[in-house]
Amino acid sequence: MNIHEYQGKELFRAYEIPVPRGQVAFSIDEAVSAAKELDSPVVVVKAQIHAGGRGKAGGVKIAKTTEEVRSFAKDLLGKTLVTHQTGEAGQVTQRLLVEEGVDIQKEYYAGLVLNRDTGRVSLMASKEGGMDIEDVAKSTPEKILYEEIDPLVGLTSFQGRRIAFGLGLGKKVVKQAVNLFQNLYKLYLETDASIIEINPLIITGEEKLIALDAKLNFDDNALYRQERIRSYRDESEEDPKELEAGKYDLSYIALDGNIGCMVNGAGLAMATMDIIKHYGGSPANFLDVGGSATTENVSNAFKILLSDENVNGVFVNIFGGIMKCDVIASGIVEALETVKMNVPLVVRLEGTNVDRGREILENSTAEVISAFSMDDGAQKIVEATKEFQ
Amino acid sequence: MSIYVNQDTKLVVQGITGSTAKFHTKLMKEYGTNIVAGVTPGKEGETVEGVPVYNTVAEAVQETGANASVIYVPAGVAADAILEATESKIELVICITEHIPIGDMIRVKRYLEGKDTVLIGPNCPGVITPDQCKIGIMPGYIHKKGHIGVVSRSGTLTYEAVHQLSELGMGQSTAVGIGGDPVNGTSFIDVLKKFNEDSDTHGVIMIGEIGGTQEEEAAKWIKENMKKPVAGFISGVTAPPGKRMGHAGAIISGGKGTAEEKIKVMKAAGIAIADTPSTMGETLVSLMKNRRS
Repeated sequence: MNIHEYQGKELFRAYEIPVPRGQVAFSIDEAVSAAKELDSPVVVVKAQIHAGGRGKAGGVKIAKTTEEVRSFAKDLLGKTLVTHQTGEAGQVTQRLLVEEGVDIQKEYYAGLVLNRDTGRVSLMASKEGGMDIEDVAKSTPEKILYEEIDPLVGLTSFQGRRIAFGLGLGKKVVKQAVNLFQNLYKLYLETDASIIEINPLIITGEEKLIALDAKLNFDDNALYRQERIRSYRDESEEDPKELEAGKYDLSYIALDGNIGCMVNGAGLAMATMDIIKHYGGSPANFLDVGGSATTENVSNAFKILLSDENVNGVFVNIFGGIMKCDVIASGIVEALETVKMNVPLVVRLEGTNVDRGREILENSTAEVISAFSMDDGAQKIVEATKEFQ
Repeated sequence: MSIYVNQDTKLVVQGITGSTAKFHTKLMKEYGTNIVAGVTPGKEGETVEGVPVYNTVAEAVQETGANASVIYVPAGVAADAILEATESKIELVICITEHIPIGDMIRVKRYLEGKDTVLIGPNCPGVITPDQCKIGIMPGYIHKKGHIGVVSRSGTLTYEAVHQLSELGMGQSTAVGIGGDPVNGTSFIDVLKKFNEDSDTHGVIMIGEIGGTQEEEAAKWIKENMKKPVAGFISGVTAPPGKRMGHAGAIISGGKGTAEEKIKVMKAAGIAIADTPSTMGETLVSLMKNRRS
């Protein structure tokens, strides 16, 4: 789960990681009064959306007067920002962070992320602050410093110092940096974060280390025990269909094709998208109904699929293991009793309770094109969709 | 022979009184798996499908000599269940549970370092040696005894591969699902090493997916060490970057973990890559024919 920068900075404050003074604003008036309260010669107005690249897209403005704050707030609120992470549709700005300007002497990058090769968390840092770290990793990988964290002892002081000296920080700043890195790791651990990035991490003219940005992402699997993080959720930043699917424990991702897919298992769901493409079709979504879905969940999954206007064919591809074929079949039949299906439906069932599943479909009034394998099903749905158009 | 599990495996089911565990205890027993015990704290003295239930894994091991465990407990307590089985000296722990917090698995993996216990999973379908022992949630009827090893990050694609092989008349020595999480117990290389040494395995299907670099590492290992033909498939060729495709591990980020890169490296290692997920079996069969001739 993603959160906003201002929420990330709230967490930073709680873990004694220095950030500029600032306040969130939902309206122009709130932005102006926040600026007045800051009483700073320079104020930064930052659009809050769940995507990087806001600066380049015109989402960050520097104001020297209250009038400027008012006019920037007016410009930004309601504005759709298109960045390299939002996709073409962009994301509408609904919240602003109004922050004091700080005197930037040098910019760095610091981040914590899981290293999948070792199964441990790594602290990463670089002198190339403010740049896209993925570009740095590609073009000059030697400029990124790493320390791998043993979960038994956590991030040690000497590791923090090694990074700080590696960045060439002055004596006065090294101590601040070690504290900051250790507090960051504490935050990572205690909130079940999956990524924390500070870009840029800056040094001021007074040799103070400050986190100027905060990008945090959290492990969805751990949200059940993270009440504070859950409260930060901003549903307006999420795809409405993905959100609806989440309510029924379905893993759904919208794509831009026209063949709706309902599959069990993430691997098979991806492979189903791949095989549809292979036969010249285009998948409208990724949908994994998982292993523990009930008839009701399956029925809702089906309704979500059909609510996508682009869908003009549906392919159900099930290989039951923990998922039972009869549950899927009943779910489809139940859904078809309430929503009208006027596009072709191809169903392939195999695995646990397959005979009962096939029987349920045969005894229903649903118009189903049966498929005998994944390959057969993919070809049938691609063909049926073409004819339908 | 086979790998990991066989007729001598004595299984304890952790969380046996839950509904999913009950259902699969029945199916595993029907398949012929020797289930000697179940564990659910506070339910000692009960039986499930004739299997005695104990409060702790240690007691179950002491009373029954169990040497393998399968875990069906909820995600929030699954890490603890793995630790308990490890501490009780269970040799093989298979964790079916999905959605375990990654932070929990980081600690579990560290705890397992230097221990004799092998963890398979989490978030996996389990391990089956056809006609001998089925541990997990896979549908038994699609399997056939034989000489092909199957290893996969995806449960349902394992079934797909096994089904294709059986239809082609090619049985399996053992099928292993290693799970779709970013931090897991057993890697592709661990399983490939076992298949390489197993005299009963004559060829292998390896099924990967986007995310991480496990497949690339495995390909390197295969190029240098593998004596047996390997066919492969990678799912997620059409997956958009930055979106997590169901599995916690299946995401392309920072330009890493793409299907194209994996397929390229695997091909370079001599692995025959199936064009579609429905030709995994055929791809291995024709590779084995070519090698022979």
